Amino acid sequence: MNAVAPARRRGGLFGRGHPHRGPLLLGLPTIVFLLVLFAVPVVQFMLLPVAEGTFEPYVKALTGRLYLQVIWNTFEIAAYVTILAFLLGYPVAYFLTVAPPFWRLIGFFCVLMPFWTSILVRTYAWMVILGRRGVLNEALLALDIIDKPMVLLHSMPTVLLGMVHVLMPFFIFPVYGVMQRIDMNLVAAARGLGAPDWRVFLRVYFPLTLPGVLSGATLVFILSMGFFITPALLGGGRVTMIAVLIEQYVNKFLNWEFAGALSAVLLAATLIVYGLMKWALRGDKRW
Amino acid sequence: MVSGASGPTGKHRRRPRAGRGFRRLLAIYCAVVFVFLMAPLFIVFPISFSAARYLTFPPPGFSWQWYESYLNDPAWIQATITSVKVAFGTTVLATILGTLAAFSLVRGSYPGRAWVDRLVAAPIIVPNIIIAVALYGLFARFKLIGEWYGVMLGHTIYAIPFVVLVVGAALRTFDANQEQAAMGLGASRLKAVWKVTLPQIRPSIVSAAFLAFITSFDELIIALFTSGVNATLPKKMFENIIFEIDPTIAAVSVLQILLVALVVTLASRFGVGVNPIR
Repeated sequence: MNAVAPARRRGGLFGRGHPHRGPLLLGLPTIVFLLVLFAVPVVQFMLLPVAEGTFEPYVKALTGRLYLQVIWNTFEIAAYVTILAFLLGYPVAYFLTVAPPFWRLIGFFCVLMPFWTSILVRTYAWMVILGRRGVLNEALLALDIIDKPMVLLHSMPTVLLGMVHVLMPFFIFPVYGVMQRIDMNLVAAARGLGAPDWRVFLRVYFPLTLPGVLSGATLVFILSMGFFITPALLGGGRVTMIAVLIEQYVNKFLNWEFAGALSAVLLAATLIVYGLMKWALRGDKRW
Repeated sequence: MVSGASGPTGKHRRRPRAGRGFRRLLAIYCAVVFVFLMAPLFIVFPISFSAARYLTFPPPGFSWQWYESYLNDPAWIQATITSVKVAFGTTVLATILGTLAAFSLVRGSYPGRAWVDRLVAAPIIVPNIIIAVALYGLFARFKLIGEWYGVMLGHTIYAIPFVVLVVGAALRTFDANQEQAAMGLGASRLKAVWKVTLPQIRPSIVSAAFLAFITSFDELIIALFTSGVNATLPKKMFENIIFEIDPTIAAVSVLQILLVALVVTLASRFGVGVNPIR
């Protein structure tokens, strides 16, 4: 292995004598750090009921009507957010791919600027816009379109709006990445063979973007499932997602065992979705 | 900022036969989406300069009062200091640990490498709330709640994957033969890495550091559980939104937006940018 300097086989911090072990040693501080502060505490937390010698909280989390409802809610919201991110994000990704340089720059600015703005700032802004005496209501009242303020906050559509706003960039980035690399000769060929535009899109262009769509959608779905800030603030307790429930069981009911069981359910669901995506994209080396 | 303007398929990028109607429709649709994306930012700026005592829009006049109220409130200033301290600590720690891990993962071929890979990427996939509550439990046992370095440790967990992603990508494209050449000329491996490899991937390390800073500075959930009485800026904002919506928070928001914009600009000047698009 070490034809270069056999004389110094055992020397060196990076263990030249064992080229495969050196890098492991190098990574050791990070591995220990993540095991001690992340992996072990997370697993311990989720296994709290087991440590107490009972499986009852897991059973309760998976069968109790209220909890099933919350889990279903969470999935539903995650699905809606993902669909909305696709509907709003896909054309934007395409626009960023084909637009002339100036407009592309504007487009990137509009996507990246909010992306780098704190979620909290954006959630606050939505509360200002959509509140009972918020910007939107005042404007519509002034224009005589409505005669009394609408109640917009603390509802499912508002939570969806806030979440899509936060998560859409996570869909746009991978899709844009894939669109960049598509060989437009394929599209030209399909056209040359006489296919109409919509058919070129459906049969050639869209399938080529599918890896990006799939990984973007998975990312959005996974992040939605664990979302906390937006449902907590814009949902105002009326739209309950599993992350909000976990927080309540820790801070309000001080029931750590059940919070751990709920976390196990949430993590399992997350890993299943993630695993399905990995499986669907198997063989595609880019992802 | 925008990469890939040219490329092997560049000249075919514009679809010559796509109808004008389609292009116009696409432009209008995207303009609506862009307005939606920018709307919160457009709202926050004018409100922060409002002369009104309460939250009204449009603001009746111009004033600096909410910036003054931020600067004159020790609680806001304390939260800002805490956040900056935590973010700097996270930047240093996450950049070191992440770069080490990136080297280990890119260069290594030891048994269990795949598991190390998973461990390093896991903090992105595991929902924040779970990490936050687990840390809360751990820190409570060791009386670390309310200590700024506790929050820093938590943020470092969350920032490591981003650093590994950015530095790892640079390392993968770096030609390791250069290192071999330096060693062939008599340098030790450590010296070869220090003098040859690191200078070349420095822009990526700088970007990773900025990314770690922003990640920490904006993070709420871990701070919410572990920062206790020493609230970070996002935690203080969260509590303010819940208990008293006044335009002070708009002023804080504007300052935060400006800070992040500054960091992103610095990152694109001195690093390879913190553009999440690669």
